[in-house]
Amino acid sequence: MIASPVVILGARSDIGRALARGYAAKGAHVILAARGDIEADRRDLEVRSGGQPKAVAFDVTDGAPDAFFAGLGETPGTVVMVAGLLGDQDRSASDDAEAARVMATNYEGPARYLLAAARAMNGVEGGCIIGISSVAGERGRGSNYIYGSAKAGLTAFLSGLRNAQAKAGLHVMTVKPGFVATQMTAGMKLPPPLTAQPDEVAKAIIDAHEKRRDVIYVKARWRPVMAIIRAIPEGVFKKLSL
Amino acid sequence: MTAITGWGRYPRIEAEVTRPASIEAAARGEGLPRGNGRSYGDASLAPRAVDMMGLDRLVSFDDQTGLIVCEAGLMLSDLIDLMLPRGWFVPVTPGTKLVTIGGMVASDVHGKNHHGAGTFGEHVAWLDLALGDGRVLRCSRDENADLFAATIGGMGLTGIILTVAFAMIPVETAMVRQRRLRAPTLVHAFAAFEESLDWTYSVAWIDCLASGKDLGRSAILLGEHALAQELPAGAEPFARPAKGKKRVPIDMPGFVLGRLSVTAFNKLYYAAQRPGDMLVPIDPYFWPLDAILEWNRIYGRGGFVQYQCVLPIEASAAGYQQILAAIAAEGDASFLAVLKRMGPQGLGMLSFPMEGYTLALDFPANARNLALLDRLDAITVDHGGRIYLAKDARASVATIAAGYPRLDEFRDVRRRYGLDARFSSLLSERLHL
Ligand SMILES: Cc1cc2nc3c(=O)[nH]c(=O)nc-3n(C[C@H](O)[C@H](O)[C@H](O)COP(=O)(O)OP(=O)(O)OC[C@H]3O[C@@H](n4cnc5c(N)ncnc54)[C@H](O)[C@@H]3O)c2cc1C
Ligand SMILES: NC(=O)c1ccc[n+]([C@@H]2O[C@H](COP(=O)([O-])OP(=O)(O)OC[C@H]3O[C@@H](n4cnc5c(N)ncnc54)[C@H](OP(=O)(O)O)[C@@H]3O)[C@@H](O)[C@H]2O)c1
Repeated sequence: MIASPVVILGARSDIGRALARGYAAKGAHVILAARGDIEADRRDLEVRSGGQPKAVAFDVTDGAPDAFFAGLGETPGTVVMVAGLLGDQDRSASDDAEAARVMATNYEGPARYLLAAARAMNGVEGGCIIGISSVAGERGRGSNYIYGSAKAGLTAFLSGLRNAQAKAGLHVMTVKPGFVATQMTAGMKLPPPLTAQPDEVAKAIIDAHEKRRDVIYVKARWRPVMAIIRAIPEGVFKKLSL
Repeated sequence: MTAITGWGRYPRIEAEVTRPASIEAAARGEGLPRGNGRSYGDASLAPRAVDMMGLDRLVSFDDQTGLIVCEAGLMLSDLIDLMLPRGWFVPVTPGTKLVTIGGMVASDVHGKNHHGAGTFGEHVAWLDLALGDGRVLRCSRDENADLFAATIGGMGLTGIILTVAFAMIPVETAMVRQRRLRAPTLVHAFAAFEESLDWTYSVAWIDCLASGKDLGRSAILLGEHALAQELPAGAEPFARPAKGKKRVPIDMPGFVLGRLSVTAFNKLYYAAQRPGDMLVPIDPYFWPLDAILEWNRIYGRGGFVQYQCVLPIEASAAGYQQILAAIAAEGDASFLAVLKRMGPQGLGMLSFPMEGYTLALDFPANARNLALLDRLDAITVDHGGRIYLAKDARASVATIAAGYPRLDEFRDVRRRYGLDARFSSLLSERLHL
C-alpha cells in the first residue's frame, strides 16, 4: 500500500521527476517540493494522472523543516528525500563554504527534514519515509569523500530512524541507486552495466516501497561490487587511486 | 565528447552533446536539436548537438477537441501508453514509436494513412521555435507562417522546436481490423491500392527477390481502428498484450539477413491466402520492429542505409518496374521492401511525401549496394521523384535539388532569420540545405 500524499523532496531532479510520475501512475496524490520553478512538472503530472498534484517551495538547507510540513496543510503518508549535491571534491577540499554546502545538502538537511517528517507523520497509517543515499557512503574514497561521508551519515541516520520507528509502524527505506544517468552525472563516463536510468530507479523504489523493503540497491550487481570494495584491507585501499 | 549515430549506425561522429532539462534551458541551447536518433542517416548528427529527450512534459490536453500540447522531447511511446487507455491515438504514426514528437515534426513523418490523413505536420496546430539567438517564436499557419512551413520537415535546420500542439484522434479500442490481400505482380499491387483508398491504413510488403513475371509480388495489408462492437464480448477494449522484448544480442553477419527477410515475407504472403479480416493488436500492427530491441544490429558492424523514394502517381508504374528490376538484378541481394500509396503534398517546404507511391528498403552499407543506390537515384530523378532526407546518408546534391523544388525558398527562410549560421548537420553540409 502507498499512503498519500507522497511528498517528493527535490522533485526537480531526474530521479524525483521519474518518482513523481511513477507514484501518480499508481494513483497516489503527489506533492512536488523543490527550490526552483516546478510548475511545468506539476502541470505535466496533472495532465498525465488526471489528479491534482501540488507544488511547494523547499530548500533542504533552510533550517525550518517543521514549518515546511506544517505548511503543507495535509499530513504526509509518504516522504521521499531526493535532494542531494555531488559537488566538486577538489573544491570541497579547498573551500570550507563548499564543503559545508555539500555536507548540509546530503546529511544535515536531509536528516533534519526526515526527523521533522517523522514528527509530522506520527501515527499515520501505512506511513513510509524513503531516503536516497548512495553507495559512495559505504567507504570513503579520495575522489568523493566529502559527498560520500555525508551520504554515510545519511545511511546511518536512516538505519537508526528505521529502528526507532519500527514499533510505531512507520516504515523507513534506504536506497542506494549506484550510478544513475542524470543531470548529476552528465558528462561522466559511467560503466553501462552498473548504470541505471531514472525510470528504472523510480520503478525499483516504488516496487520496494510496496514490498516494505528496508535497504535496496537498484541494480543487484552493486551488492557484490560493494562487498568487494568494503573487504579490501585499508593498507591496500589507501594506496589505490579511487 | 560522445559518439553518436543515426539508426543506420552509419555514419558515426564524436559530438559534444548537451541535455537541457527545461524549456528555458533548451531555448538557449546551441547546436543541432536531436531526438531519439531514429532517423537513419546523418540528419541528427553534428559536432554540437542538443539532446531534447529531457523535455518530455505534457502541457495540456483538451478531451473535447483532442488538442494536446507537449514538449518536443516527449517520446511517442510514452504518449501512446498514456493516451490510448483514455481512447486517444495520434493522427499519424511512423513505423516505430521510439521517436520524439519534435523528431516527428522535423521529419514531417508519414504513416500508413498518408493517402487520407497527410503527414504529421498537417495535424500540428502550432509550435514554439527557438531561433538560437534568444528569440522564441510561436509558429502556425497564421503566425510566422514562413518559419512554420520551413520547420515542418525542416530536419532541425530552422531552430529548436520546444513545444508542439496537435490534435489527437479518438479510437474505441487498441485493436486494428486488418485485411490481407495478395498481389502476384506490381501492377496488381497498384490496382489493389487504388481500390483500397477508402481504407484508413494500407501498406504492401514486396518481395524484391521476385523477378521476371513475378516482379513486384507483394502482400498488402489494409487496416481500420477496430470499433468496440467488433471485439469479442467481454474483451477489455484498451488491453495491450504484454510485449516480450527480444534483443539482438550481437552484430549479425549480413547473410543471415537475406534468409530472415525472405522467411518473413513468405509468412506474410502465404498467410494472405486465408480470406477475411482479423483483429490485430495495435503494437504489432503499427510498430512490429519495436518488439526487437536494437534490431539495427542485424546488419552487422558496417551499418546499413535505408533507401526511400517517392514517385509521382503517373510515373509510378514505369518507374517502379525499373527500380525493382535494378534491385532484383543484384543477384545476391535479397531484400524486403515496403510500398505505400501517398496522398497530396503538404505544406512543409522540404516535406517528403507527394501524391504517388513510396518505396522503402534497407541495404547493408557496402560499396556494391551504394553503387546500386546511385542507379536508383537516377531512375527516381528521371521520373520526377525524390528521396527521403530522414533516411538518407549518401545522396548527391543534384539528386536532392532535383527532388525538392522549394529548396531555395527553404534556404531563403534560413538566411532571413540567420538560421543558416546557427543550425547545421552533416546532412545539411553534405547536401547544401
Ligand atoms: C523502424 C523505423 C521505422 C520508421 N518508419 C517511418 C515511417 O513509417 N514514416 C516516416 O516518415 N518515418 C519513419 N521512420 C523515420 C523516423 O520516424 C524519423 O526519422 C523521425 O524523425 C525520428 O525521430 P527522432 O526523435 O528519433 O529524431 P532524430 O532522428 O533524433 O532527428 C531527426 C531529425 O529531426 C530533428 N529534430 C529532432 N528533434 C527536434 C526538435 N526538438 N526540434 C527541431 N528539430 C528536431 C533532428 O535535427 C533531425 O534532423 C522510421 C524510422 C525507424 C527507425
Ligand atoms: N546520479 C547518480 O549517479 C546518483 C547516485 C547515487 C545517489 N544519487 C542521489 O540521488 C538523488 C537525486 O540525484 P540525481 O542524480 O537525480 O541528480 P540531480 O538531478 O542533480 O538532483 C539533485 C537534486 O537535489 C536538489 N537540491 C540540491 N540542493 C538543494 C537544496 N539546497 N534544496 C533543495 N533541493 C536541492 C536539486 O535541485 P535543483 O534542481 O533546484 O538544483 C536537484 O533537483 C541525490 O540525492 C543524489 O545524491 C544519485
